[in-house]
Amino acid sequence: MSIRTRMMWQAAAGVALLGGFALTAAQAQESVKIGLIVPMTGGQASTGQQINNAIKLYMQKNGDTVAGKKIEIILKDDAALPDNTKRLAQELIVNDKVNVIAGFGVTPAALAAAPLATQAKIPEVVMAAGTSIITERSPYIVRTSFTLAQSSTIIGDWAAKNGIKKVATLTSDYAPGNDALNFFKEHFTAGGGQIVEEVKVPLANPDFAPFLQRMKDSKPDAVFVFVPAGQGGNFMKQYAERGLDKSGIKVIGPGDVMDDDLLNNMGDAALGAVTAHLYSAAHPSAMNKEFVASYKKAFGSRPGFMAVSGYDGIHLIYEAIKKSGGKVDGDSLIAAMKGMAWESPRGPISIDPETRDIVQNIYIREVKKVDGELYNIEFATFENVKDPGKTKK
Amino acid sequence: MTLLTILFDGVAYGMLLFVLACGLAVTLGLMNFVNLAHGAFAMTGGYVCAVLVNRSGLPFFAALPIAFLVSAAVGALLERTLYRHLYARSHLDQVLFTIGLVFMSVTATDYFMGSSQTFIKLPDYLQGQIDIFGLGVGRYRLMIIVICGLLTIALQMILSKTRFGSRLRAAVDDPRAASGLGINVPQVFALTFAFGCGLAGMGGALGAEILGLDPYFPLKFMIYFLIVVTVGGSSSITGPFLASLLLGIGDVAGKYYVPKLGAFVIYTMMIVILIWRPNGLFGRTNAR
Repeated sequence: MSIRTRMMWQAAAGVALLGGFALTAAQAQESVKIGLIVPMTGGQASTGQQINNAIKLYMQKNGDTVAGKKIEIILKDDAALPDNTKRLAQELIVNDKVNVIAGFGVTPAALAAAPLATQAKIPEVVMAAGTSIITERSPYIVRTSFTLAQSSTIIGDWAAKNGIKKVATLTSDYAPGNDALNFFKEHFTAGGGQIVEEVKVPLANPDFAPFLQRMKDSKPDAVFVFVPAGQGGNFMKQYAERGLDKSGIKVIGPGDVMDDDLLNNMGDAALGAVTAHLYSAAHPSAMNKEFVASYKKAFGSRPGFMAVSGYDGIHLIYEAIKKSGGKVDGDSLIAAMKGMAWESPRGPISIDPETRDIVQNIYIREVKKVDGELYNIEFATFENVKDPGKTKK
Repeated sequence: MTLLTILFDGVAYGMLLFVLACGLAVTLGLMNFVNLAHGAFAMTGGYVCAVLVNRSGLPFFAALPIAFLVSAAVGALLERTLYRHLYARSHLDQVLFTIGLVFMSVTATDYFMGSSQTFIKLPDYLQGQIDIFGLGVGRYRLMIIVICGLLTIALQMILSKTRFGSRLRAAVDDPRAASGLGINVPQVFALTFAFGCGLAGMGGALGAEILGLDPYFPLKFMIYFLIVVTVGGSSSITGPFLASLLLGIGDVAGKYYVPKLGAFVIYTMMIVILIWRPNGLFGRTNAR
């Protein structure tokens, strides 16, 4: 047994031991500690910043005391590296004795913390990462963000029903990109559509030119695109530069590409793109208008879907503490969270009691200009969408 | 027709690579200094241009020379204060020092400019394609080819025809003899370094539209700069120029015709060329 494995065993044993005492420890304390692990630096930093902002906003509005307990957030930056996530989660659980761990910007980070949540018996509230399998990795994981399958299957269904016959796909060659592609393909071809060209782009791709030329030559009705947040803008600019917009080829995809965070900087090239997603800052509800206004006032920018996921995540924790009557051990909290339903700025949502995953409306939106700014304007709704990645089984 | 479009895109991409990397070819090849932080100067230029165009409303073509000047000034400042102490040190020291600079520039940019992608608002006449005998030509890429082509010619003239060029070549070949002849070697190096940084800055500003611009720019594109310099050989600027064109066209064509292997084409070309000519296409055959 190497030193590394031995240390891991010891750490695991320590966590397991602590789990046994969690109940007694929790009853003695007055405050509820939430360990928030998000990327605050690095390429995924905007995810962490949005989640952190949204949580601050929620606590300003709703106070920091629930059921007689004071809520305390301990923010840790993992820079989206799973090694860091695991170490930070362990420190939070063992040293700070947190009651809940939350955040998790990317899938590997959420997976790295899963065994710790199981051993310590504390809830892991996933506020960003979007792969289906995450909630299956521990009975203590609850998700308030989304799964890629939710948006990719819906846009596939929608495209097949709305006169789009031939689609060329352009996806980044990494796990979420392949997920998006496969879910889309399955639903689009089942609906009678045809994939005429399939291109996987390397993740670190400086120039889309050759791929876009290929798209153009295959003469599809639409291009299905999924690239990591940040590359979307480049993609749209080059798409317009090459004149694909003028040849009548639509852009469709899961809504990550048209994140509110980036949309306005993409310029008019993004106009007309149709995407399926859980949230748009332009969602026409009173609650959302108020949310967007107060977020803009506090942080000077528009909230994106990551901000909403964080906002709903902290709401879920608050409500679970209320519902359990101030009992903050993992089992009571998870039991309280299962099946909980509420109105979020994105619309009505609930936690599936079976899978602990989020059930939400998926909206079909088109990029339009409103008051000189670009927004995703919702025009069709698929209600109460469960994660198709799981319902299949 | 498609072949010509691919060729055109490849040339534009290659030209851009050349402007970005030729400063590195100069510092590495002529001054024998490993400057991995080269991309940081390119990023500086990109952000300067973005701030000037987006926030101050300056025209794009006015912002380009300013991006050049600011990057060159930053380069000159760092050369005088930091870099010159490392000229005589081993390559390992230089690598460690400059990679440290890269990380500092990444974090500083993240702090001041935010981590998301920045775009430069382009004037309308640079957007879209124009039709030349049925061939779709991107206006922006056409502009890149023109600007970079002129720059290359100017560079070659400076190096081979001017007094400064001959001083630089002398200073590189034998610094001791050159200073004995009254050439101010440190000054020549400082100017050259600053000029290389300025070119990188201009490349960063020009490339933001195609390559993107975020705080990780220096890390993401370091590998491309190094490929250009190693494949081209670092003894002249003709080598890196041809290497950039070859890699640009190879990369674009590879991605178009065999998209499944697209990402590997550029690396395969590098390996093949380096096996064939270990010193690069135009490397010096005998070690100095």
